[in-house]
Amino acid sequence: MPDHPTGSDTLPLSLTVNGEARQLRVAPWTTLLDLLREDLGLIGTKKGCDHGQCGSCTVLLDGKRANACLVLAVVKEGSNVTTIEGLAGPGGALHPMQAAFVEHDAFQCGYCTPGQICSAVALVEEGRARTPDEIREHMSGNICRCGAYPNIVAAIEQVLAENAR
Amino acid sequence: MSPIPNAETHVGSPRSRVDGRAKVTGAARYSGEFTAPDLAHGYVVNSTVAKGRITRLDTAAALAAPGVLEVFTHENRPRTAWFSYNYQDEVGPPGSPFRPLYDDKVVYSGQPIALVVAETFEAARGAASLVRVSYEAEAHETDLKNRMDEAYEPPKKRTGISPPPKPRGDARGAYADAPVKVSGDYWAAYEHHNPMEPHATTVVWEGGGKLLVHDKNQGVLNAQSYIASVFGLGKGDVRVVTPFVGGGFGSGLRPQYQLFLAVMAALELRRSVRVVLTRDQMFTHVYRPNTFQTVRLGANPDGALRSIQQHAIAGTSQFEDHQEVVVNWAGTLYHCDNVELTYKLAKLDTYTPGDMRAPGAPLGLFATESAMDELACATGVDPVEIRLRNYTEKDENENKNFTSKELRACYQVGAERFGWSKRNPEPRSMREGRELIGWGMASGAWEAQMMKTSARATLTADGKLEVACATADIGTGTYTILTQIGADAFGLRMEDVTTKLGDTTLPYSPVQGGSWTAASAGTAVQLACEAVREKLFKHARKASGSPLADVKLDAVSFADGRIEVTADPSRFVRIADAMRAGGVDRLEAEETAKPSMIDQLRYTGYTHSAIFVEVRVDEELGAVRVTRVVDAVAAGKILNPKTARSQVVGGIVWGIGMALEEETMPDHNLGRFMNHNYAEYHVPVNADVQGIEVVFVDEHDTKVSPIGVKGLGEIGIVGTAAAIANAIHHATGKRVRDMPITIDKVLG
Repeated sequence: MPDHPTGSDTLPLSLTVNGEARQLRVAPWTTLLDLLREDLGLIGTKKGCDHGQCGSCTVLLDGKRANACLVLAVVKEGSNVTTIEGLAGPGGALHPMQAAFVEHDAFQCGYCTPGQICSAVALVEEGRARTPDEIREHMSGNICRCGAYPNIVAAIEQVLAENAR
Repeated sequence: MSPIPNAETHVGSPRSRVDGRAKVTGAARYSGEFTAPDLAHGYVVNSTVAKGRITRLDTAAALAAPGVLEVFTHENRPRTAWFSYNYQDEVGPPGSPFRPLYDDKVVYSGQPIALVVAETFEAARGAASLVRVSYEAEAHETDLKNRMDEAYEPPKKRTGISPPPKPRGDARGAYADAPVKVSGDYWAAYEHHNPMEPHATTVVWEGGGKLLVHDKNQGVLNAQSYIASVFGLGKGDVRVVTPFVGGGFGSGLRPQYQLFLAVMAALELRRSVRVVLTRDQMFTHVYRPNTFQTVRLGANPDGALRSIQQHAIAGTSQFEDHQEVVVNWAGTLYHCDNVELTYKLAKLDTYTPGDMRAPGAPLGLFATESAMDELACATGVDPVEIRLRNYTEKDENENKNFTSKELRACYQVGAERFGWSKRNPEPRSMREGRELIGWGMASGAWEAQMMKTSARATLTADGKLEVACATADIGTGTYTILTQIGADAFGLRMEDVTTKLGDTTLPYSPVQGGSWTAASAGTAVQLACEAVREKLFKHARKASGSPLADVKLDAVSFADGRIEVTADPSRFVRIADAMRAGGVDRLEAEETAKPSMIDQLRYTGYTHSAIFVEVRVDEELGAVRVTRVVDAVAAGKILNPKTARSQVVGGIVWGIGMALEEETMPDHNLGRFMNHNYAEYHVPVNADVQGIEVVFVDEHDTKVSPIGVKGLGEIGIVGTAAAIANAIHHATGKRVRDMPITIDKVLG
C-alpha cells in the first residue's frame, strides 16, 4: 500500500441509484458524494462543506436521509440511493415536495435546495414533524445561506397537509 | 421615458421563479459542475504563516504521486502580466491587487501558494498533502485594536463609494452643550460570506487558444476582462458562462483566486481544468472587515438631535484600501445641524476585505440606531417617536431632496403590524417563565442605484420572446423579473419568454450587486422591448388593409399574440402577420439604460425600512431567540411580491446571523482564522428563524429609475442587527455594543 491516498486501486461496488442497478469500481476513499457527482454525473447532489456540516449533499440512502459526503461509497454495497434527480415522477412530473418548494419560493440561489428537498421528503416519511417548530428543528441540519427558511417550512407544511387529506 | 402603456399582468404580481424547476430537480448546473472529456482537477495549497517568505517548496513527493500532472508554485508559474494594474477589476479598491503565485512573499495566512493538478479530484487532494513548505516568518499584526492609533483616511477614494460628508456645524461644541448625551464604542467581528456553493472555476480548453470558463462570480464580464488582462489574451478568446450562482452576497464581485489558478493551469497544460475551493478555503479570501466605531449623540430633552458624531475604523489589507459606506447613514437619516462623521482604515496582515451584503450599512446603523435607542431611553421618548421627531425630508449630507421617502409610512405600518403601541418602555418589564421578552426597533436605509446596463430583446414570428443581458441571477430572482417585464411588454405568457443571463456574449452589464440589478437590467429589458414593439408596430401598419394603418403606437395594446387597438380590440394585427408584412421572421433590438444625469444631480435615492423585533432571552442561560420580526420596507415599485419578500426575508436572516451568531475568530498569535468551517462559524439555521413578516409600503417614484424600482437585495439586513440589540436591551436592561451578541456578552 502506498503511504498516501493517491493510489489508483479500485474496488467493485453494486449500488441501485435512482432505481437503476449500477456495477461500479471505486477507489476506497471515494465518498458517496464524489461518486455521484464526479463518476455518475449526478450533480444535483451538492458539495457545500464536505464535512457533514451543511446538509447540501443530503440524499436518501435506503430510504433515510444521509449526508453523502460522510459516507465512503465502498461500505454501501447493495444499497439503494435516491438523489434529487430520482424524485420526479414519470414524464418529469415534480414530486409534491419539489412542487411545494417552487410554489412557496423555498429557495433562492438553489444550491442547498436538492439537499433541503431530500431532507424534507425523508422528514415527512419519518412522521415526526407535526408542528412548524418540529419542522424547524428537524430541518436544521440543512443550511440555507439565502435564508429561505420560512418558505421551506411553509412548503413542508403544505405537503404534510396534503398527505393528511 | 414614458412607461409602457401595456397592461401589467405579470409585473407587480407574485410569480414563481422561472428557474424553479431547474433548481428543484437538480438540473441547474453551477460552475464546478461543468465538465469536459479532458478535465483535470486542481487542488490548492495554502500558506500557514501570515507574513514572511517561502524559503523552500518541495513538490517532489506530490509530483511523484499517481495521477499528478503538475504542481504550480511561484517558482514555475507560467508567465503572466507583470504589473499589478493588470490584475485590477471593475470593483476593486485603490491599491495593488493580490497576485496568486506571484513570488515568494506571503502576505496573509491562507494565501494560495501552490496548485496541484491531477487526473482525479482525489489524486489532486491527496498529493496536495504531500507538498512541503518552509517559511521565514516575519512578525505580523492581525489585531485591529493594535493598529487603531495608526488609522488613516484613505488617500485614494474607492470609485462609487461616497466618503463621509464634510462636517456641518460644530458637532463637538453642540455635544458639549447638549442637555442629554449618549456615547458608546461599538465593535463588529469579522464575518465571512459563506455562500453555499464554494468558489469554483471550470475552464474548458476548446483548442485554438479558446477558453470557455465557468466561474462562480457576480459578473461574467468582470471575470473575462480580468483573465484577458492578466494572461494577455484577447477577449474574443475567453468566454465566461455562469448561468447559476450558488449564492454570492458580494463574495463573487471581485475575481477570486481559483479563477486565476484554473485558467493558468489550463493554459499551461493545454487541457480543461477545474478548481473548487473547500469550505475551509472559503475563509482564505474576501470577508466583511471588523470595524470599530464611536458614536456620540447630543439632544434636547424632547429628543431633538443637536449633535451627531460617528467615527469608524475598519481593517484592510497591507496592499489595498477597501472602503465602504459605514458612517454616512446617520447624516442621511436624521435632521441635525451639527454632524461630524469620519471613516478611517488600519492596515493588517490579512487578505483584503470586501463587500458583503449591504457593505457598511448594517455596521454603521448598528451603532447609530443603538445610540438612538439609548437616546430614547435617556429622554423617555418612544423609540419610534424619537425617530419621527428627527425625521428629515432632505438628505442633509448632500443637501439634496430624496427621489422619494416613505420611511414615515414604514414606521407607522410596521409599528401597527407589530403591536408596538402595547410596549411598556421599561426594560425587563415582560417575562414568560424564565424568558425575558424584549421589543426593539431600528431604521434601515440603502442607496437605490442604477447602473449603465444593456439588454437585447428578440421576438420571433411564433410569438416567442427572448431577453438577454450579461448580468447574473445569484438567487435574487433576476431571471424571473426580466421574464415578467418581457412578457408584459408583448402581452405574452411567461412560458413564451426565455431569459438568458450570465454569458459574456450577451449585452453589457456591470457586476450584479448593490441592489441595482432590478432597476438597471429591468429598465434595459423594457427599453429593448419597446424598441421591438415600435419596429413590429411599423410592420403591422404596413400590412395590406391593416386596421392599424391610422392608429398611433400609444393607442394599441399587445395581447394574445396580437397588436390591437386598446379602445376596440376587434381591430388587430397578429404578430406573425405583422412580421410577414415586414418580410421578417424575427425582430431584435438592443438598448442601453442609464441613470438620468439631471435627476442624479438633483436628488438622492434610498430604499428605507423600519424593522421591529421581539426577542426572548433565557435569563439563566443568556440564550437569545428572535421570535417575531416585522419589517416595513419602502422600495419603490415591487416587480414580484413573492421573490421580493424572499429577498427581504433573506436579508433579515442575515441580520439575525450578524447580531447573534456570525464571527470569524482570528488567532492573533498565528495571524489566522480559527473557525473556518460551518460547525464553528455559525450561520442561522432553520430553528433560528421564525415569525418574519415583510410589508411593502406603497411608494411611487418616477425619478429613482425609469421603472420606479429601488432594489431589495440589501435592505433586509440593514437595520436588523440594531433592532435585535435594542430588543435585547429592552428584555434584559443590558446594552451590548459588540457583535455578535453571544451568550457570554448577555450574561457578562
